[in-house]
Amino acid sequence: MSATNKYTLSCLVENHFGVLVRIAGLISARGFNIDSLSVSTTEDPSVSRMTIVVDADPIKLEQVKNQLNRLIDVIEVKELKDGQFLDRELLLVRMNVSRERQGDLEALLKPFDGKIADVFNAGVVVEATGSTAKLDLLVEQLRAYGITSLVRTGRVALER
Amino acid sequence: MSTKMKGAKILIECLQREGVEVAFGIPGGANLPTFDALYQSSINLILTVHEQGAAHMADGYARASGKVGVCLATSGPGATNLVTGLGTAYMDSIPMVALTGQVRTSVIGNDAFQEGDTIGITRPVTKHSYLVKDVKDMARTVREAFYIARSGRPGPVLIDLPVDSTVNETEFVYPEKVDIRGYRLQAEPPISLDAIQRAADAINASKKPVLYVGAGVIHAGAAVELLELAHKAHIPVTTSLLGLGAFPETDALSLGMLGMHGFEYTNYAVAQCDCLIGVGARFDDRVTGKPDEFARNAKKIHIDVDPSSINKTVMVDYPVVGDVKRVLCELIKLVKPLDTRDWLGTIHDMKAKYPLVYREKEKILPQYVIQQISDATKGNAVIATGVGQHQMWTAQFYQFNKPRSIITSGGFGTMGFGLPAAIGAQFARPNEVVWDIDGDGSFQMTAQELATAAQHKLPVKVAIMNNQHHGMVRQWQDMFYEGRHAASRLNAVDFVKLAEANGCVGIHVEKQQDVRKAIDQAMQINDKPTVIEFMVERAENCWPMIAPGKAHDQLKGTYEELIKEGGQPQHRRAEADEESKLSLG
Repeated sequence: MSATNKYTLSCLVENHFGVLVRIAGLISARGFNIDSLSVSTTEDPSVSRMTIVVDADPIKLEQVKNQLNRLIDVIEVKELKDGQFLDRELLLVRMNVSRERQGDLEALLKPFDGKIADVFNAGVVVEATGSTAKLDLLVEQLRAYGITSLVRTGRVALER
Repeated sequence: MSTKMKGAKILIECLQREGVEVAFGIPGGANLPTFDALYQSSINLILTVHEQGAAHMADGYARASGKVGVCLATSGPGATNLVTGLGTAYMDSIPMVALTGQVRTSVIGNDAFQEGDTIGITRPVTKHSYLVKDVKDMARTVREAFYIARSGRPGPVLIDLPVDSTVNETEFVYPEKVDIRGYRLQAEPPISLDAIQRAADAINASKKPVLYVGAGVIHAGAAVELLELAHKAHIPVTTSLLGLGAFPETDALSLGMLGMHGFEYTNYAVAQCDCLIGVGARFDDRVTGKPDEFARNAKKIHIDVDPSSINKTVMVDYPVVGDVKRVLCELIKLVKPLDTRDWLGTIHDMKAKYPLVYREKEKILPQYVIQQISDATKGNAVIATGVGQHQMWTAQFYQFNKPRSIITSGGFGTMGFGLPAAIGAQFARPNEVVWDIDGDGSFQMTAQELATAAQHKLPVKVAIMNNQHHGMVRQWQDMFYEGRHAASRLNAVDFVKLAEANGCVGIHVEKQQDVRKAIDQAMQINDKPTVIEFMVERAENCWPMIAPGKAHDQLKGTYEELIKEGGQPQHRRAEADEESKLSLG
């Protein structure tokens, strides 16, 4: 078994019910883990774009692409290769940060283009967008401040 | 401006335009409107005893005719009973359309009576599926379903029909054209002439080529092109189980079946070849054994309509995606007449040296029964089978010469397939002789369909190799589980009484000298089904055999082993000989 890697697949699919479960079912039936999956409509309302990040080895990845292409509802499957696409994720983090430390936090967020999006009694919600790697780095730094919960959208990507 | 029609009526109109002449199924609450409309149409509506029978009949009909088979079931349990049949058709790429009833759209998701998530349950065993939520979608859906079922790599398509989609009315507009944007490339994959040229170059450079042929050749209707290619370039041809009949076994270039229970010489030939040309075959694990060792010295070419079949289990050097018939037509132009005399000489010697072997015993041998059926029908019958030893012996001892003459569950390995598939085949080819060669284990899984065969006075002939065991399981338990026969012994059943209870003729055969007489007797009966129960040797094993995951030259039950035990060689005739060209004697 060769080593696995993370791959980004961009799929154009029919925008009707049941398509998501066909794709998720196909990938899971072959024993792949979906790292992230995001779906939204495109400039054509009858078409959705799915950005799927999977853990796979190159041979199995080729099979997944072929199998996805077999689905009638899948219009196009593209593997996005490094340097050929732009990708972003949105991160929201709820943190217990006292008012006094919010200034430090803002300073930390600045180079990441992050911001404090909401302030409430017990703390704040931090918002940031960026590449997966950049957000990974930010999350590491935020840990010191005490993360209570965290959500990420998963990757959306577009070819250059 | 056309008048309004009920959804069920539109459905039937569309079925007729697709050329549907017969449909198999069982009515129930949710599909009564569809059955009512069918009742008023010219489509021959066949009630089966169980929905699994309906699915296998539609499948057998499709395999025997090349047309799309149609089966129907009601919602919930009716639909789930189709699942095994859909899986069987899906694995073997059989064009089928299943029409299932569903509860009204307004109560879907409410746990209504006989509600089931049919689309969800059948998703992994269908090529595609539709839920018709609006009667306005009916005509387009049916049109697309048939198009998808029969084009590209064929397969079963399911249409789930909520009651309201069949009783509501709309204008009937038949969509003349189908255009499914996510399916265009699959329906007609573009052919790369460069890829074909590279494959031709590899063939032209080879000294020991072998064509490895699967059912894709039959689906594509390319048996003639295959014959032309083999004869032009002098390349011997082996087939998978499902490819049997794609190439006549009377042809001097025929190698018969390869794989787990393939001929010894065939597997040796594949192990030694320097160029393997896979055509419409998917390198199934029962064919390849150990994938890394499969045809290890060969450059591999793979011609297939489905790109996802390529490099799936065995990595190939020259992939060619496209309709098999079109690719073969191009390839024929590019291959040269090769000088394979040395190679064919080697194969000829191996054929003579390693024929099939069995040792006669006190009881009837199933291999002998199949030889006799092959002889009595001159290899011209349509042969359905169950799954197990009898299926492999049928592949070995029946001499298949024409496409669509073996009707068997290859990929899914569905026991119980034989009888209903034979019934479907008989509906497709009413004037031909149809046999179900079955085991007592397989047969009993769907034996209730004898009633269906009798109701329609079908002259289907059933040959049960009764060894009172799940024979292949028993063989594996002996080989790999030190003879512990865990739940593989079947109770004795009087199949003559079972046949008679269903309105069929029942014949019991104990002695070898009565075998042929019983077969000939069955061949004379044209107005009802006949069941012959052959009381066969219980401990007989199916040889030769490549154990799972082993290489092709690591066989068990070889010629030499069996001859030492007193076996008699069973030579196949390579040459066509008009008098007895299909006997195996």
